[in-house]
Amino acid sequence: MSALFDILLTASFWAAAVRIASPLIFATMGELICERAGVLNLGIEGIMVIGAFSGWMAVYLGTGLWGGVAVAMLAGMLFGLLHATLTVPFGLSQHVVGLGVTLLAASTSYFAYRLILPEVTSPPKIEPFQPLEIPYLVDIPLLGPALFAQTALTYTAFAVVAITAITLYRTPLGLAIRAAGESPQAVAAQGLSVTGLRMGAVIVGSGLMAVGGAFLTLSAFSSFFFEMVNGRGWICIALVVFGAWRPGKAMLGALLFAGFDALQIRLQQTPIGQVVPYQMFLMAPYILSILALILMSRRAQVPAALMVPFNKGER
Amino acid sequence: MRLEPIANPSLARSLGFPAAALVATVVIASLLAALAGANPLATLGLIVKGAAGSKFALLETLNRATPLIFTGLAIATAFRAKLWNIGAEAQLYGGAIVTVILGTSALSGIGAAGLPLIALGAMVAGALILLGPVMLKTKFGVDEVVTTLLFNFIMLLLVSYLLEGPMKDPMGMGWPKSAPLDRALRLPRIAEGLRLHWGFGLALISATLIWFVQTRTTLGYEMRAVGLNAQAARFAGIPVSAVLVKTALLSGGLAALAGFSEVAGLKGHLSLDLSPGFGYTGIIVAMLALLHPLGVVITAIFVAGIFVGSDSMSRAAGVPTYIADMLLAVALLLMVAAIGLTKFRVVRG
Repeated sequence: MSALFDILLTASFWAAAVRIASPLIFATMGELICERAGVLNLGIEGIMVIGAFSGWMAVYLGTGLWGGVAVAMLAGMLFGLLHATLTVPFGLSQHVVGLGVTLLAASTSYFAYRLILPEVTSPPKIEPFQPLEIPYLVDIPLLGPALFAQTALTYTAFAVVAITAITLYRTPLGLAIRAAGESPQAVAAQGLSVTGLRMGAVIVGSGLMAVGGAFLTLSAFSSFFFEMVNGRGWICIALVVFGAWRPGKAMLGALLFAGFDALQIRLQQTPIGQVVPYQMFLMAPYILSILALILMSRRAQVPAALMVPFNKGER
Repeated sequence: MRLEPIANPSLARSLGFPAAALVATVVIASLLAALAGANPLATLGLIVKGAAGSKFALLETLNRATPLIFTGLAIATAFRAKLWNIGAEAQLYGGAIVTVILGTSALSGIGAAGLPLIALGAMVAGALILLGPVMLKTKFGVDEVVTTLLFNFIMLLLVSYLLEGPMKDPMGMGWPKSAPLDRALRLPRIAEGLRLHWGFGLALISATLIWFVQTRTTLGYEMRAVGLNAQAARFAGIPVSAVLVKTALLSGGLAALAGFSEVAGLKGHLSLDLSPGFGYTGIIVAMLALLHPLGVVITAIFVAGIFVGSDSMSRAAGVPTYIADMLLAVALLLMVAAIGLTKFRVVRG
């Protein structure tokens, strides 16, 4: 037990939790925007891979770090456009198209990686985002180093949550997006384009997912590995459900989840880690996600028109 | 722009669009090869040659197709009832674990008579693994896509633990792999001197059986009814939850047979690289087959051919082998779009 408290009282633990949460926050917001408009985006896992790859490759080729983020976002939006075109105007199965987009985005990344770097055994490193200490605030015990000594990309993640929440709940555009996911007929009756709203939401959401992937290569690690996204996209889908489709709650879910993840990494170093095999610790995030889904399923307020294609003139 | 359903699509329409999708896939393949600096036609030729250019290549393709037939059938069965089983990978490993446990100890005394028992045990394991997410779906309304996906990661970690712990081969020179199966419990080859095991035969038999179940039995009818419109099926008195559970047992069992066949037929032991994503590729196989069980056999051989052919082409022409995964993803998306276009026409206004 004392080992647990020792971990919880170190600033590095809290800093790690916030760091681990950052890519999840970007991608969870992206998925949340898609689902709020009525589209389940299972392309998330692959879009995170293409974001991680393209952002890293852009920086390696000399665009600078923010240039890399922009390239990742554009790449994500491109795959978002593909997903949206097939699922929104054509109304094809969101499950199958999403999985197809995931396979295509991931294999495109791996193909391009091998094309650009045919013979390397270990991927080249880039100079990643450095922590940016915010004066005075960083001196708060525990919370200071956790929240105010992160990279610029982490601060951006929290800004994205605020922007998403304000847009969804405080602007006419947000109202229209939410209505597209609840009652598309009503949106159409107002003379707005459900197709346009949904496609826009999927494209922007996919861009955010890709930035989440880029966080892995541009801020968390400094190069690109195969399988580096490793199911994070699927976890984000669970986080959207856990957060009851609300940006703030979903962000708290991501932080809670990342806290458990940071904890399991540290518990592996303690006497508990001597007894329990490390694979059990690594399983924890996935099991937690499933538990979160079960826990929230009863109270979940699913957007009423999620996964329901809308075809103008059809009742 | 909106879509207008077509009541009775013409034959030209229902064959033309899927054919166009295949042609477009080949065109994209050529573009990718050109992008990699290779001659497109030569690259395609090398893929075909590598997949079916010799007896050895063809047998390699059929061997690779065997697990894909099983996972393809598993997914076709589940998707038919709109049960989104994306966890065939986990069920495959469940089947493989049981195969190794039974095949290295419990049943090693009784010779080849143990094989059907092992296959059955593997199927039970796979069925139970899918039963969990399906119960969560029917009882709590938890979406099975995410739970089955997450189970894949949990299962791989479990296999990793077993192979480094309780199931590690003491004679394995420290490699994380299981002890080899008893010789008598290996699936025999279909013909002497032919490098193709009975797993392929079992896959063909399974495909025929599933086709029979889907088209000639009440369960098959109920599965289709639930898939087409669960609400209407419920009003018609079909016990939707029970049908989903039966579908899950069948689907999970089929995916587990892929693990059984790979361990007992090909590898002889369990290791972490038993499946290079057969569970996920099964989705492509099933979709390209339009969920038809006999079509699965054809598309599995086609997909396996692309993988085997790309591997050998990659060595010769230097185009990254990931071209195979890209092509299959493109083929999947184009095929879904093509099927959509056979049922709807796009009208202005």
